[in-house]
Amino acid sequence: MDIYESHSINKEEKELLLNYLGRDPSHTEIGIFSVMWSEHCSYKSSRHWLKKLHTEGIQVIQGPGENAGVVDIGDNQAIIFKMESHNHPSFIEPYQGAATGVGGIMRDVFTMGARPIALLNSIRFGELSHPKTKFLLSGVVAGIGGYGNCVGIPTIAGETGFDISYNGNNLVNAMCVGLTTKDKIFYSKASGVGNPVVYVGAKTGRDGIHGATMASGEFDDESEKNRPTVQVGDPYAEKLLLEACLELMQKDAIISIQDMGAAGLTSSSVEMADKGKVGIELNLDNIPTRQQNLTAYEMMLSESQERMLMVLKPEKTEIAKEVFEKWDVDFAIVGKITETNNIVVLHNGMIEADIPIKFLTDNAPMYKREKIKKNKQNQKRQPLPSIKPKDAILKMLNSPNICSKKWIWEQYDRTIMANTLNDAGGDAGLVRIENTEKAIAMSCDVNPRYCHADAKKGAMQAVAECWRNIISMGAKPLAITNCLNFGNPEKPEIMNDFVETIEGIRDASIALDFPVVSGNVSLYNETNGDAIKNTPTIGGVGLIENIGVLDNFGSLNIGDSIYMIGKKGSHLSCSTLEEVYNGESSIDPPEINLYEEKLNGNGVLDLIQEKIITSCHDISDGGMIVTICEMIMTDDRGATINIVDNNKMIGELFGEDQSRYIITISPELESIFKKKMKKRGVKYELIGCITSSQLKINDSIIISNNDIRDAYESLIPSVMNNMA
Amino acid sequence: MNVTIIRFPGTNCDLDTANAVKKVLGIVPKIISCKDDKIPKSDLIIIPGGFSYGDYLRSGAIAAREPIMDDLELRGNQGVFIIGICNGFQILTERKLLPGSLLKNSSLKFISKNVELKINRNDTFFTSKYQTDEVVNIPIAHHDGNFFADQDTLDSIEDNNQVALRYLNPINGSLNNIAGLYNKNLNILGLMPHPERAVDIKTGTNDGSRIFESALNFYST
Repeated sequence: MDIYESHSINKEEKELLLNYLGRDPSHTEIGIFSVMWSEHCSYKSSRHWLKKLHTEGIQVIQGPGENAGVVDIGDNQAIIFKMESHNHPSFIEPYQGAATGVGGIMRDVFTMGARPIALLNSIRFGELSHPKTKFLLSGVVAGIGGYGNCVGIPTIAGETGFDISYNGNNLVNAMCVGLTTKDKIFYSKASGVGNPVVYVGAKTGRDGIHGATMASGEFDDESEKNRPTVQVGDPYAEKLLLEACLELMQKDAIISIQDMGAAGLTSSSVEMADKGKVGIELNLDNIPTRQQNLTAYEMMLSESQERMLMVLKPEKTEIAKEVFEKWDVDFAIVGKITETNNIVVLHNGMIEADIPIKFLTDNAPMYKREKIKKNKQNQKRQPLPSIKPKDAILKMLNSPNICSKKWIWEQYDRTIMANTLNDAGGDAGLVRIENTEKAIAMSCDVNPRYCHADAKKGAMQAVAECWRNIISMGAKPLAITNCLNFGNPEKPEIMNDFVETIEGIRDASIALDFPVVSGNVSLYNETNGDAIKNTPTIGGVGLIENIGVLDNFGSLNIGDSIYMIGKKGSHLSCSTLEEVYNGESSIDPPEINLYEEKLNGNGVLDLIQEKIITSCHDISDGGMIVTICEMIMTDDRGATINIVDNNKMIGELFGEDQSRYIITISPELESIFKKKMKKRGVKYELIGCITSSQLKINDSIIISNNDIRDAYESLIPSVMNNMA
Repeated sequence: MNVTIIRFPGTNCDLDTANAVKKVLGIVPKIISCKDDKIPKSDLIIIPGGFSYGDYLRSGAIAAREPIMDDLELRGNQGVFIIGICNGFQILTERKLLPGSLLKNSSLKFISKNVELKINRNDTFFTSKYQTDEVVNIPIAHHDGNFFADQDTLDSIEDNNQVALRYLNPINGSLNNIAGLYNKNLNILGLMPHPERAVDIKTGTNDGSRIFESALNFYST
């Protein structure tokens, strides 16, 4: 293997590189090219397609291209948010991989001037029975908690899924939401020739070297050997860095700021200079290091955590230094902005690298890879066995993808900052904005089963489900971020799915006015050639203008009527019921009508804001009956459900038809409710009423609350507490 | 009433605690750094929760040895009222201002949830607004809240009626379900639950407010 191959630079790319430079590169330069041209940093397979996403709206202050997206929430306030994957490192070293994923996404948000106010995550593992799942799940959860809890940001929502396709590649997608004022948003664009480039944060060590390159490749049986490429997190250092940065941001000293994430010093310096169309010179002699004798190559490629790069106003350098010293955070002037348009790296009096920045960014390789639509003709849908509704309900509640995830979220501090409004209940997380009556609802969603069966429909559904979850909290959906987790894009079928996913996200976000403001792509989630199911995770935020509308909302009153918004269910193909009974289930996901989605959603939002209904939940995995079980468990109530046609019972209970909600309403308000819905053209169905306890369906099926709760809550503790 | 909050570098509940004091008492507390030489004149000193110095060693062990803790100890001996919440409680036990110590939870996991707690006595500075044996609901969020003391210490805690709060149900392995306790003079309280997160019913519970109200009650009557 030659030095280029060992840096994952292929033959064509090597030719391109030599052609650009017109000379042989130094070792450090090869390292810089290798990380900047890696899939992870260059988006070389996805860049072309990502441009097609819908990224605009009056609520958008900053769309994709910065450290995070920014949306307006009125009163001169803005929400800054993004989601990012940390899949590859979390499979190799689950605790540190997940912890540093949380740390990285937090820095993306506070780099832009926002104090983080909430964390979310979407995590996916192989089958719950797979021998490695226990180890990965406990490590990832402890890592997410260990980092967020220490920095002191509540982790308020998320999702956990299990599927055979993740046996060799788990997913950790972490999302952070921060708050700032509109006049205090910081960008990464460098400017001002001669201005000092300043390094702040933790010292640089040898950890994480080539992390970005590792995250741009597939795994095989020897992936364990990549352990040294996983970074080690120090949330205490992050907390100090956070406070110091936010303090300096009040002092009008910063011209531009960028966190050192993947590819560390290399990508942060290149990106800042590239955005400002300037050059940058780094003198590595001044980099704070953890150990002696780090080479230029190592310093440029290290992914040591909790570090930032800034360009400061020269006259404010001393003030900045004082702030960082006060917080015990390293501060070092490591370079300056130049007019050369090159990145120049000096070390021990030698020029270690001198590369025109455009070769690393705009002129980096970009591929429009071959794509072929999957052939689905040979797939046949297996018929469902005969199913007894009562058994099926309990079996569903006790299945890995439906069951309670309390074992997980009880390890996350959810109440710190004292603004969490719906701890452990509701379809989305809800955090009040301190000193206001406003709140932000947040959710992250995707159904990989649907995405695998039909990439475009699945992507549309993920956006729609996220929108629905935010609506269910009474919030107006504002914008989304995403993590597009896929297998190897060099496989034409995967590339095709990727492109269809972009189309699906675009269509749904246009229809729902739910633009994409930030995001991340994680490809090569494969082990020994087996790819994960497409998993385009969507993270959304929404705004409640006045939390007063939520007073008394969310509690079930005995005698309340239960209505379904939308049509009765019937679609069982690709459903959780099929997964639970037939194993693999991937033929036809439910159709999604975006017009109806918007109609129903806006209708429900109106009902909540007018205080007409007492509770609301969306219908998703497992269908209507799972939603009802979750509702009555949270409030310790019962429900009586009437199904008119026994032959349609299974479809009505478990069908996963889209754009639907369950609402409860006091009987005296039913006529207003019906009038409002008819006026909007929203379909609804009366399906039952709230009782004091037990679930009753048509007098023939009775399940006690204890049985429901046992089924729902026992699975994960029984697996995890048996740590072998 | 003068309220002072001491923040260590990794303290992360300082703003929540200051907000709670403001909301409940209408008093703006002074937040000081552990690097300051002296604690200003205070009627109540609070050490809030967090990860004082990262707590990679025993929680609170480094913080307990900060010079400002000499002044805190002096104030405590003079009878100034002090509350240590969560990490603050850990720091107070590390400093030996309170007996016993806080080990890793018996599950070896971080636990974050609202828990039911029983108020052991209501004749102290911190609890006059509660009823004895009243059950209240306040969140916990900690990894090291498993109260431990040797038998003699435990006996003396119980004999002197130093327990402030007990978990209604076992949660983290704490001996005698102890969630919070006083020093012998009853002017220092350490507790694992976070009363500052329970001052507004919109966030689920306001059962923590009365700890702050009890303190104010003492000074206003």
